[in-house]
Amino acid sequence: MINGLDQIFVTLKYWLVGQLANVLPASLLPLVSVLLSLVPILVVFPALFAITTVLERKGLGRIQNRYGPNRVGPFGFLQFAADGIKAIIKEDVVPRAADKVIHFLAPVVLVVPAFLVYSVLPVGRNMVAMDIDAGLLFFFAVGAASELAVFMAGWSSRNKYSLLGAMRAVAQMVSYEIPLILSTVTVVMIVGSLSTVDIVAKQSGYHAIGLPNWFVFTPWGFAGFILFLISANAEANRSPFDMPEGESEIIAGYFIEYSGFKFALFFLAEYLGLFAVSGLAITLFLGGWHAPLAALEFIPSWVWFFAKLLGLIGLFIWTRGTLPRLRVDQLMNFAWKFMLPMALINLLAAACWHLIGAGATRWIVCTLLVVGFYVLLGRGLMAGKKLAKRVYRYAN
Amino acid sequence: MLGEGIIKGMAETARNFLGSYVSDERLTTVQYPEERSPQIENARQFPFLVFDGNDPMAGLRCVACQICEKECPPKCIYIVKSKDKKPDYKGQLQLYPATFDIDLSVCMSCQICVEVCPFESIKMDTEYELSTADRFGGLLVNKHRLAKSNDHYRKIHPKDAADSDAALAMEVAKTQAKARAAAEAEAKAAAEAKAKTTAAQPAPQSP
Repeated sequence: MINGLDQIFVTLKYWLVGQLANVLPASLLPLVSVLLSLVPILVVFPALFAITTVLERKGLGRIQNRYGPNRVGPFGFLQFAADGIKAIIKEDVVPRAADKVIHFLAPVVLVVPAFLVYSVLPVGRNMVAMDIDAGLLFFFAVGAASELAVFMAGWSSRNKYSLLGAMRAVAQMVSYEIPLILSTVTVVMIVGSLSTVDIVAKQSGYHAIGLPNWFVFTPWGFAGFILFLISANAEANRSPFDMPEGESEIIAGYFIEYSGFKFALFFLAEYLGLFAVSGLAITLFLGGWHAPLAALEFIPSWVWFFAKLLGLIGLFIWTRGTLPRLRVDQLMNFAWKFMLPMALINLLAAACWHLIGAGATRWIVCTLLVVGFYVLLGRGLMAGKKLAKRVYRYAN
Repeated sequence: MLGEGIIKGMAETARNFLGSYVSDERLTTVQYPEERSPQIENARQFPFLVFDGNDPMAGLRCVACQICEKECPPKCIYIVKSKDKKPDYKGQLQLYPATFDIDLSVCMSCQICVEVCPFESIKMDTEYELSTADRFGGLLVNKHRLAKSNDHYRKIHPKDAADSDAALAMEVAKTQAKARAAAEAEAKAAAEAKAKTTAAQPAPQSP
């Protein structure tokens, strides 16, 4: 029964393929199987996007002591439908000077890789669309294509703000790709495989004290998780790293000249990217679809994955509601002076963890390495900087 | 230490997030169409013409002097004087506005028309839901739509209305006193004239 519920979607797919085998020629069956794996991805994650837009607006509202949307449907949860209809019926304005082909292609090029990366994310036991040996590599290779789309959008609009936004976006994404990938390399070093399924499998089981065997509960894994989250936030262009959009200085950045459904596609791709990196963070550090306690194993694996995903989305909304937008130079300084050295030290810590072998020694060594370097780096970066309440010369 | 401020900030936003579910005082939002926040005493939106009595057109205080039309900075008032006259609240015969239009889309709610009116006949209304589906006719407000009773004025601005009523009562009293004085003077003059004529005439019956 429990196992049946856990595998219900897998069973359903095999049953459907079995039924269709009676109707369709055998040569079409692989195609049907692929479609049956893809359609849930194309349905579930946009649906999650729809719910997240409402949750985010309500959450931000509560953080600012407002209600947030509460008019459409029960508690405003159908707001996304109103927004979607609005986006579809709006006029699609294309600037006269724009490069029309590229202007049209950019949102498409952005959305396609955003969907593609889900094919290597294991959302439950035996529930991965494509179990390839280089899954992680595939994820980053395809995910990096969004930079191209962003620059296409910014360049083809023939607008100085969109060009500035696109340049900022590319600079930011390239800079943060490095700590993002370096923080995942630690996991690859420990697991010895690039396959996402293997990485999740390695995190099964529990410590003696009841904690699950997730990588986040190791010194290098914890540091890697934090570094990964910060870089993922920057990769997804979300506040406090939303300079490419920067409403206050460059209006909406690279999608300033997009309206109607194309704008909605940019929005969709941004959120899909966020879900994808959150899903990867879960896969790499939070034990994928594994339950946090042995006693909770009876809950289906896919429930755990989506619960963790919602938790991470909540964390991202919380961060967005808290931190103000950085300046471009602050962003770059942070990437190159803090994130990169920390990621490199974390690699060293992971190597020590691997070489020293099980025992208390490697815990002490790795913790000291990561925490000590963090404190020293923090001191070094703060040295000579006077952090105080800002005094205005004339306004007071 | 590095990152300390971020933790503090996250704690602060979490406190606000959770607090908004616990205490209603934090949520200052007024759910507009269902509930409205009360307006302050001096709230003003758009002028209206005050009338006394029950018939809006008969009781209109406006005498079409056109001072407000001339003083209006954006020139949104348009007045045409009447050909005939009608008695005002004092019983005096006065002109009245044959046409009195205010363009709602031009009015800037400055209240200068109210300040300059010597007849207490134009006042500011507090009604703010002025949107209309007809953008030409609906926004040009004629005297029928402008006319509102003095009771309405007392309701929306009790203090100002009391002052205005007192000023008008004083005017009426002054007029009445003047009329009485004039009547008395007339009576006196008549009496005197009578006395003079009596005095001037030699008494025929005197012996």
